[in-house]
Amino acid sequence: MFARRNPQLNQHDELIHLLSIEGLPPAVLTHILDTAGTFLSVNERDVKKVPLLRGKSVFNLFFENSTRTRTTFEIAAKRLSADVINLDIARSSTAKGESLLDTIANLSAMHADMFVVRHGESGAPYLIAKHCAPHVHVVNAGDGRHSHPTQGLLDMYTIRHYKKDFRNLTVAIVGDIVHSRVARSDIHALTTLGAPEIRAVGPKTLVPSDLKEMGVRVCHSMEEGIRGADVIIMLRLQNERMSGAMLPSAGEYFKTFGLSPEKLALAAPDAIVLHPGPINRGVEIDSAVVDGKQSVILPQVTFGIAVRMAVMSIIAGNAP
Amino acid sequence: MTRLLITGARVIDATTGRDDHGSIAIADGRFVSTRDFTPDRTIDAAGAVAIPGLVDLAARLGEPGHEHAGLLESELAAAVAGGVTSLVCPPDTDPVLDEPGLVEMLKFRAQNLHLARLYPLGALTRGLKGEALTEMAELTEAGCIGFGQADVAVRDTLVLHRALMYAATFGYAVWLRPNDAWLGIGVAAKGPLATRMGLAGVPVLAETIALATIFELVKDTGARVHLCRLSSAAGIELVRRAKAEGLPVTCDVSIHSLHLIDVDMGYFDSAMRLVPPLRQSRDRDAIRAALADGTIDALVSDHVPVAEDAKQLPFAEAEPGATGLELLLGAALKWGQEAKLGLPQTLAAVTSRPAAVLAASSPASAPNIGGLGEGAPADLCLFAPGELWRVEAAALRSRSHLTPFAGHEMPGRVRCTIVAGNVAFESAPG
Repeated sequence: MFARRNPQLNQHDELIHLLSIEGLPPAVLTHILDTAGTFLSVNERDVKKVPLLRGKSVFNLFFENSTRTRTTFEIAAKRLSADVINLDIARSSTAKGESLLDTIANLSAMHADMFVVRHGESGAPYLIAKHCAPHVHVVNAGDGRHSHPTQGLLDMYTIRHYKKDFRNLTVAIVGDIVHSRVARSDIHALTTLGAPEIRAVGPKTLVPSDLKEMGVRVCHSMEEGIRGADVIIMLRLQNERMSGAMLPSAGEYFKTFGLSPEKLALAAPDAIVLHPGPINRGVEIDSAVVDGKQSVILPQVTFGIAVRMAVMSIIAGNAP
Repeated sequence: MTRLLITGARVIDATTGRDDHGSIAIADGRFVSTRDFTPDRTIDAAGAVAIPGLVDLAARLGEPGHEHAGLLESELAAAVAGGVTSLVCPPDTDPVLDEPGLVEMLKFRAQNLHLARLYPLGALTRGLKGEALTEMAELTEAGCIGFGQADVAVRDTLVLHRALMYAATFGYAVWLRPNDAWLGIGVAAKGPLATRMGLAGVPVLAETIALATIFELVKDTGARVHLCRLSSAAGIELVRRAKAEGLPVTCDVSIHSLHLIDVDMGYFDSAMRLVPPLRQSRDRDAIRAALADGTIDALVSDHVPVAEDAKQLPFAEAEPGATGLELLLGAALKWGQEAKLGLPQTLAAVTSRPAAVLAASSPASAPNIGGLGEGAPADLCLFAPGELWRVEAAALRSRSHLTPFAGHEMPGRVRCTIVAGNVAFESAPG
């Protein structure tokens, strides 16, 4: 078959879209993390703005609802001095039957410079990147189960902040991995950055064995999965899993795979706990852990803005 | 009617084992003896191969119901451009082919176009709903050569059992795609790639469980079943065993499953959104071996005309299917070359063997096609075996131009296609 060039990179291997962490060289990831570090200080100033994207139009296209992610992208774009336009797709022309590509074409005719896209179907941002004008950049804010690259990057930033070196870390990702774009992005990022042991933890209905081909160790018990872990990433459990005959109840899930203080004690003593949010207290994670000293869930949010500023400023600066 | 003489071709006819250089004479719509034959027209076929017209057991035509994607005229013209002279269309038209009047209309319109022959499959259940039986005797009289459910599984095993029992009463064949109604839901093949890409996967189990059910029902009812679009090594193994047990089953495989695998999806290319989904290389290897050894009886184009904007969608939302009638011959030849099979064995998969499935399916109206013997209907394909051509969307005659083989090089250019003694297609010289 034909060799396929990674559509995220231009011919100089520079990032022009961020669609997925998969296929990005470690240097690209590290550059984003380093750049994010410089933006952290911007966010702590009185005047939280830099002019890097001044005059640029960033369109938030959220086909799937998400106030929190959209808000963080909006904050990040505004701190870069961009003009941000939020498109409420559910109430827009898509509901009237307009196709995805027609929507993109119309918005491009309004001279958008960047689309931040969240869509319920895996692969949607690739279709958009393929069909939008060459100078327009696409940032994937989450596509179906496939990828949530900015979340993966901010998780890596968080881990690097507390643990410094990926190369001697044991990381456990716990929960509904088969349906999780965050988990996939975290796995790609961790393998690219050299984490030696990545464990995917959960029941067989949520953690299929073919995940091991992504470079993880599949564990079907918390005891095995958490033991000695330096980093624990907890994933949210969605209600659909009970109605889809994948799990019997939230209660049983919490008992078997929830992160309680007792289970946390099996991990390394200085282990950190991450969660992409929103958190279901008492379902996947105990309140005591959320509010405890090993939780880095709130710093993740702060780092998330800096990481998104980094992503947007980097891709906006690279020609197609 | 023109009296045709074709000279200088390599003539390959798997029904008689013929493989030699010679002439073919056609008069009054049939093959006749070349002795003392005075033609109205002579076609110089030096360097070309003459075979019976291709028999495609699975091609959708767009009509009725999906005219924005395909029309009888365009799709039957695509068929003869691809050397296909007979094709079987599934009953999932809109409205469904469960009314004799609809079948008659379809056959009538197809006949008047004087392009490829159309053999419709009737619906096994009304509206394909899997509840009530269709009037199979009436539909057969109207022209149906068998009964099927297209891609719609019959969920109720009691209904399926009785449908097969009823069909067996009259010796009607039932054409079923083995796919469990619940496990078979998904957009890609279940496996490491679908997991990595975050696409809902259809496990091989969906095919093997459905096959096991079908074989048990065949044993019980004696119904003849043709299995459509096998996709997995495990499924093929079950078919092999069923045939060894003497069950009256045949099966086919699509050109896509013969050549492509899941990884060919690349970055969510919706041209690869197909039913059945593309599986892994070990499944493709098993399919290729089984088509060579006859476990799989026929290669089909699985032609599905799809409008372009139905594909310009995220992978899971894109309409599955691809244009294929013009690629069936090339896909067969390409496989034959790669598997190092001779032309006779290669071409049998798209001529004599599917013709045999068709004849077994509908013995009462046994079409007697698929061969070049004297007296047989003059359906013929003349092609240049050594000529390579590139699959270019714009050059395809089908109304639908979407195929995963876009840009691929195919061997074998069709020079001329004859149906019932008429030249239905002739390529421009040079």
